[in-house]
Amino acid sequence: MATNNNGNNHFDQKYVIETQDLDIFYGTFKAVTGVNMKVERNAITAIIGPSGCGKSTLLRAFNRMNELYAGTSIKGRVSFNGVDIYDREVDPVEVRYRIGMVFQKPNPFPKSIYENIAWTARIHGYKGKMDTLVESALKQAALWDEVKDKLHQSGLSLSGGQQQRLCIARAISIKPEVILMDEPASALDPIATLKIEELMQELKKDYTIVIVTHNMQQAARASDYTAMMMLSGNGERSGTVIEFDETNRIFTRPKDKRTEDYVTGRFG
Amino acid sequence: MKEKAVVQGFSNNTVARHRKGVIWQVLFQASTIVGILALIALLLNVINGAFGYVAYEAKVDPDTLAVDGVSLEDQSKEQLLTLIQSTFSSGAYNKLNNEKPFTDRTREEVHQLVIERIVRPQVVEVWDLWTSLTQADQIRTTVAQEYPKAELDFVSWLTTDFVTRPQTSEPLTAGVRTAILGSLWTILFTILLAFPLGVGAAIYLEEYASDNWLNRIIQTNINNLAGVPSIVYGILGLAIFVRTLEPLTSGEVFGMVDPTTANGRTVLSAGLTLGLLVLPIIIINAQEAIRAVPRSLRNASFGVGATKWQTVWSHVLPNAMPGILTGTILAVSRAIGETAPLVVVGASTAISFDPSSPFSKFTTLPIQIYQWTSRPQDEFQSLAAASILVLLVLLLSLNASAVLLRNRFSRRF
Repeated sequence: MATNNNGNNHFDQKYVIETQDLDIFYGTFKAVTGVNMKVERNAITAIIGPSGCGKSTLLRAFNRMNELYAGTSIKGRVSFNGVDIYDREVDPVEVRYRIGMVFQKPNPFPKSIYENIAWTARIHGYKGKMDTLVESALKQAALWDEVKDKLHQSGLSLSGGQQQRLCIARAISIKPEVILMDEPASALDPIATLKIEELMQELKKDYTIVIVTHNMQQAARASDYTAMMMLSGNGERSGTVIEFDETNRIFTRPKDKRTEDYVTGRFG
Repeated sequence: MKEKAVVQGFSNNTVARHRKGVIWQVLFQASTIVGILALIALLLNVINGAFGYVAYEAKVDPDTLAVDGVSLEDQSKEQLLTLIQSTFSSGAYNKLNNEKPFTDRTREEVHQLVIERIVRPQVVEVWDLWTSLTQADQIRTTVAQEYPKAELDFVSWLTTDFVTRPQTSEPLTAGVRTAILGSLWTILFTILLAFPLGVGAAIYLEEYASDNWLNRIIQTNINNLAGVPSIVYGILGLAIFVRTLEPLTSGEVFGMVDPTTANGRTVLSAGLTLGLLVLPIIIINAQEAIRAVPRSLRNASFGVGATKWQTVWSHVLPNAMPGILTGTILAVSRAIGETAPLVVVGASTAISFDPSSPFSKFTTLPIQIYQWTSRPQDEFQSLAAASILVLLVLLLSLNASAVLLRNRFSRRF
């Protein structure tokens, strides 16, 4: 990672990712406006809100995945351990290495289970014992017992929930600091969802997790902090974080009326 | 049609809608049938020409050429050479010797030369398959009356000999080996040029080129080039490969000039010209295949911190490869059948020696067919029909092997 070259050496160790007045654009359309939030280390931060309010867009801005979509740009600042990740000297590849991502639709590589993890490790120059690494990544993702006898079968032969845990194993095999999860359980049944949520509690000890979810129970159950996003009503139709607080406060004593309406199901 | 019972509570408005569907279905079926009929007609026509009765007379009876009781079939190369020397004028002999020295020729080649130039069996009349089957007796009486010396045989013009013999001017001994090898050599250089360039350009255009006016112009031009008539590519090939790059395509810079050609009209030039011809087709097909690789796969790769090249090489290309190969198969099939550009580039119409290097002069199957069909005699039409069958088989077997290769690629998970 590029050294901290923008003079901000006194970042707060407590927070991994911080945004300052972050605006995100698709071409000239401003999709997200004025986000200021701090993601706490070794905690689970959930982003909730109605469809189309920019949750996934915001999440992708945290590891520069949004740059893969043509015409996106940002204004403001996203810092990771105090470093501006949008600085010209920062390589987005390096950012995505430190801040991993798990997607809505499970997307293992069309390779064997073993290769899914081995390839990921190899591209970052991993030279150690591959078998050990694959085993420990699969164990951390609570998948080892289910796949240890079929490591060389296709990753796509697994069930949806297993595929998603394989994607998590793949993400943690390169030991990122943060794992971004974009509705990781929305394509899964309740049992597979529960497994992912339990896994998140385990992973939180070693990683920081930011999760986008449609499922408010999931946010309430699994997260420590919750950011409530909504389209701002003043004609602009741009998403913004209207409230960001500890999860139990968001769900029990929200400050914003719109948050209260949303979490209690009285929205719209 | 029987009226369907109206079920209580359902509105009965589906009959007219279904009828409309049936009309279209019949139309689509009809167009398929027309296509199939056309194909069958083509095949029957070719087969009709490739088999049938032939009446032929030998100018010199082979029995009179026997030496010391040894028939022509069993004579050694030396005996045959003596025969040639005693029959031919020294001028004709030297000319043949210059084409390929007699010491280098095999016994079979010399034997064929004797049949061709001394025995000279000559076709007097041919009948197509249909006539041969339906009017065999009539044919026999005609031959007996009009050509008492002639022999009548039911022949298949398509034989293993036909495939393995070199080209000659005598229809009864002519073969297509030279043309098959010419086609294979040509197509080899076509693939060597067009596949790497085409896939490379497709990767650049899809993965790296930014969406600006210059790249849009390039893209539009590639799309248009795919529709340019092939003869235009022939003229391009003539100007670039045959003329401008002559030192290269004639092998001069490598010191490998074929003494009988000594210009740029070589297998290499032909292959490169066809390569240019199919390049846009390969680029477009490869772009389609690359575009069809799902975004989720790219996301997965970028999401674990892979670079663009790692993503392209390990995920995009392997997943696009079946599609790329399909496009290449189609393009190469087209190249194999091309005639016009090769006429312009300067295919030789009558050569009896196999191409042996990139710098040999050449003929290809379509050129051979074109040349034979343009002759007035019926026997050449039959030869053309037989070579069309050879071309079809060659095309099908190349396609089949390419499809097998493609399936190997797509079976990896």
